[in-house]
Amino acid sequence: MASVKESIAKRAAKELKDGDVVNLGIGLPTLLGNYLEEGVEITLQAENGILGMGSLCEPGEEDKDIINAGNQYVTIKKGACYFDSATSFGIIRGGHVDVTVLGALEVDQTGTLASHIIPGKMVPGMGGAMDLVVGAKKVIVVSTHTAKGAPKILKKVRLPITAVGKVDMIITELAVMEVTPQGLVLKEISENTTVEEVQSQTEAQLIISEDLIVGF
Amino acid sequence: MKNKIITVDEATGLIHANMTLMIGGFMAVGTPEILMDGIVEKRIKDLTVIANDSGVPGKGIGKLVTAKLLKRLVASHIGLNPETGAQMNAGELDVELVPQGSLAEKIRSGGMGLGGVLTPTGIGTDIENGKEKLTIQGKEYLLELPLRADVALIRGSIADKAGNVYYNATTRNFNPMMAMAADIVIVGAEKIVEVGELDPNYVMTPAAMVDYIVGGEV
Repeated sequence: MASVKESIAKRAAKELKDGDVVNLGIGLPTLLGNYLEEGVEITLQAENGILGMGSLCEPGEEDKDIINAGNQYVTIKKGACYFDSATSFGIIRGGHVDVTVLGALEVDQTGTLASHIIPGKMVPGMGGAMDLVVGAKKVIVVSTHTAKGAPKILKKVRLPITAVGKVDMIITELAVMEVTPQGLVLKEISENTTVEEVQSQTEAQLIISEDLIVGF
Repeated sequence: MKNKIITVDEATGLIHANMTLMIGGFMAVGTPEILMDGIVEKRIKDLTVIANDSGVPGKGIGKLVTAKLLKRLVASHIGLNPETGAQMNAGELDVELVPQGSLAEKIRSGGMGLGGVLTPTGIGTDIENGKEKLTIQGKEYLLELPLRADVALIRGSIADKAGNVYYNATTRNFNPMMAMAADIVIVGAEKIVEVGELDPNYVMTPAAMVDYIVGGEV
């Protein structure tokens, strides 16, 4: 059986369409690149200044001048380009990134996200996250459904906010949920769970889609 | 032609305690290491640094952090340098965190003669505290004010002797904006070439922005 992270990445990768410009956060979101559907080619953006990023470098292949935003040495694809940070965030804020995929500490039923700080514990800084969530056309949160049993999908975010009402979709190992003006709609559940189990692990009130899909 | 090429010792002689520095680079890629080493050697203290991040321990701005030369840091991310967080928690270092895109624009507007920028980033978050909000065409924006520095420390992959600079790959990042936003601009160059050898099409920072060049970057 695929690991939790793999199954989330595999399902989330289905949301990426041929030709999309995509920014993938560090960690789990990076795995999406391994599960693109047949015939789908995407252009990866790295906010430190690349469009057309390739994969992580094999040992010995590193170029000291080419890293991604997570400080890892990467390759670039044919047709790639580099730019400065103002242009990079112009691309992000200006709506030229089709999809951004990132993790979450908490996300709520209005699409508000907390992903960058736990006061007193983890204060790394927001980096590019606030701009990405505000600027990308579609924001997908990928995350385990709970934090070791504690709900992460809430009625209202409690940690300091990264962006208000910008998340479009939440994908976990149990479910796919869409943020709508009516609330959080449960669109799809994993074949390993039930609607009741998903709701019991979710603080937000789920609206069950009439076209609920079972299985992924 | 004015000679812009100076030694590391002469360059760090222009930097004094309590100054505000802008330092190029993203996780130390695009940071002029020879100038970091020069500052550490002279132990120039109580610096305010404006940069994307604080590097990593032993690399880039991380060298200044380890030597405890910073009193204030304005950056978007400090997560890859635990020493920065430790000094912040100990009350030794004042850190202001700014969203990366807003930081780039604050520096850009400082260098380009603008009174700031209006950005939707940070609306509804702690970032908006103390900042003016404006509604333009029905949408809310935060007014982010310009940033400037006494000295900008830039890393160029190739500089010609006049000061035209080319940045290779992802070393560009914050360097071009910072090269316009400081009273004194010093470039640490990996390679210095004669005037005319750098194709004008590849110049990313015009020579007129650059005051001094130091060779020896690797």
